[in-house]
Amino acid sequence: MKIHEHQAKEILARHGVPVPRGEVAYTPDQARQIAERIGCPVVLKAQVHAGGRGKAGGIRLAQTPDEAAEIARQMLGTRLVTHQTGPEGKPVHRLLVEETLPVERELYLGITLDRSIAKNVFMASSAGGVEIEEVAREHPELLLKEALEPGLGLLPFQARKLAYGMGLPQALIRPVTTAMMGLAEAYHAVEASLAEINPLVITTHGQVYALDAKINLDDNALFRHPELAQLRDVEQEEPLEVEASKYRLNYIKLDGNIGCMVNGAGLAMATMDIIKYAGGNPANFLDVGGGADVEQIRNAFRILISDPNVKAVLINIFGGILRCDRLAQGVVEAARDLDIRIPIVVRMEGTNVELGRKILQESGLNFTVAEDMKTAAEMVVRLAQ
Amino acid sequence: MSILVDENTRVIVQGFTGKEATFHAQQCIEYGTKIVGGVVPGKGGQTHLGLPVFDTVHEAVRQTGANASVIFVPAAFAADAIMEAADAGLELVVCITEGIPTLDMLRVWHYLKQRRTRLIGPNCPGIISPGKCKIGIMPGHIHMPGPVGVVSRSGTLTYEAVHQLTMLGIGQSTCIGIGGDPIIGTDFVEAVKLFNQDPETEAIVIIGEIGGTAEEQVSAYIRDHVKKPVVGFIAGQTAPPGRRMGHAGAIISGGSGRAADKMAAMRAAGITVCETPAEIGQRVKEVLGRR
Repeated sequence: MKIHEHQAKEILARHGVPVPRGEVAYTPDQARQIAERIGCPVVLKAQVHAGGRGKAGGIRLAQTPDEAAEIARQMLGTRLVTHQTGPEGKPVHRLLVEETLPVERELYLGITLDRSIAKNVFMASSAGGVEIEEVAREHPELLLKEALEPGLGLLPFQARKLAYGMGLPQALIRPVTTAMMGLAEAYHAVEASLAEINPLVITTHGQVYALDAKINLDDNALFRHPELAQLRDVEQEEPLEVEASKYRLNYIKLDGNIGCMVNGAGLAMATMDIIKYAGGNPANFLDVGGGADVEQIRNAFRILISDPNVKAVLINIFGGILRCDRLAQGVVEAARDLDIRIPIVVRMEGTNVELGRKILQESGLNFTVAEDMKTAAEMVVRLAQ
Repeated sequence: MSILVDENTRVIVQGFTGKEATFHAQQCIEYGTKIVGGVVPGKGGQTHLGLPVFDTVHEAVRQTGANASVIFVPAAFAADAIMEAADAGLELVVCITEGIPTLDMLRVWHYLKQRRTRLIGPNCPGIISPGKCKIGIMPGHIHMPGPVGVVSRSGTLTYEAVHQLTMLGIGQSTCIGIGGDPIIGTDFVEAVKLFNQDPETEAIVIIGEIGGTAEEQVSAYIRDHVKKPVVGFIAGQTAPPGRRMGHAGAIISGGSGRAADKMAAMRAAGITVCETPAEIGQRVKEVLGRR
């Protein structure tokens, strides 16, 4: 789960990482009041779940409280399009209004899981302020890493190794390692999948601040952190994906016109792939999961076809946990209830498949039953044209 | 022959009395798997499906002589269940449960490293040696005994590949679903190593997906150590970056984990790469024919 910059900074501050003074504004009036409290100039930062805000006009400077209010009026309620958002952009409903800092240097700090060694890895670079993937590609020697022993977290000597490794002067070792320890502590405390400070700035006065921060949370661990689950901002998500998540359906909207309903993530991806290979374009990724029941199938169907781009549907189910008779029953009921007119190609295999096919055929509805995946993909691509 | 499980494997079910566990334990028993009991704390002394239920894995092992377990307990308790099984000395633990927090799995992974227990999963369909033993949730009837070893990160996509093989009259030695999470027990390299050593496995199928570097690692291993023909497929060629495609492990992040890179690594290692999932069976038939 993604959270906003201001939320990430609040978490970091609780773990001893210095952050700029700032508050969140939902209205131009609030922006003005915050600017008055903090003292101008202030920076106004659009809170959206995407990077690349600076270049997209999502970070702006105000010299006076009035200007802060005016900029807030211009930004709030718009959609910010960055290279990470896609052409539709992300809605701007809140701004982080912060003090400005005299920046002398920018560093990068990050922590995430390295699957190949099954350990978390702390990363640091003297080349902060740019995208870290770019640093890793262009100047891998500038990206320093320390693997963390499970249960121990970042050890002080590892933080020093990184800080000295970045060539920092002696006076900065203590404040920078303190920020590192705080970041690692926060990462573990909230069970993040990624935590980054980019940049960690050094001011001309030799002070250290997390100027920008990003934390992604492990969805599977949210049941242990109800207070973090509340940080979810559904306005930043695709409405259909939000709707799907209510029914524990895994739905991701794409830009094609062939709706897909598949059980299992791997098969769902492979189904998208084969639709593309057959010359079509998938409208979505939808994994109904293993234990889906009739009610869930109905919801999946409803969500799938509420995308107006969908011209035909491919249902590809290989019964494992999910039994084909259950599926067929759900599909028939949903198609009836929702009065679905667009063509539906069904391909299913596995447990109770004969019973499932029988239910479809005896339904009196217009299903095309395909024997295998390739045929199913070719059929649905033709029907969608 | 087969790897890891056969007609001598004795299995207990952790979380035995739950709905899904009951359904799948029944299916395994019907397939011929020697399910010898189950574990549910607080229900020791009861019987379920005509088999004894125990409070602890230790007790179950002592009473039944089990050497493997399959786990269906909820995500919040699954890591504990895996470690309990390892502590009881079981050789093989198959964890079906999905949604286990990464931090829990990190602890489990390092706990198991100091013990002899092999974990398959979590978030996986399990393992089957056709005609001998099925530990998991895969539909048994689509499999048949034969010379092909199958290892996959996906569940239903594995069924698809196996189904194609069986339709072509090509059987399987063992099929392993290693799971779709970022941290798993048995990985591609370990599974391929076992298939490579198994005299009756003549060809290997690897079904990978986007995210991580496991496919690149197994490709390097195959290039250096494996003479048997290998057929590969990567799901997610059309997946957008930055989105988690169902599996926690299936995400293209920071420019790594892309299908194209994995397919290139496979080709460079001499693996026969399938462009679409529909041709997996056919490609295996071809590589077996060339031998």
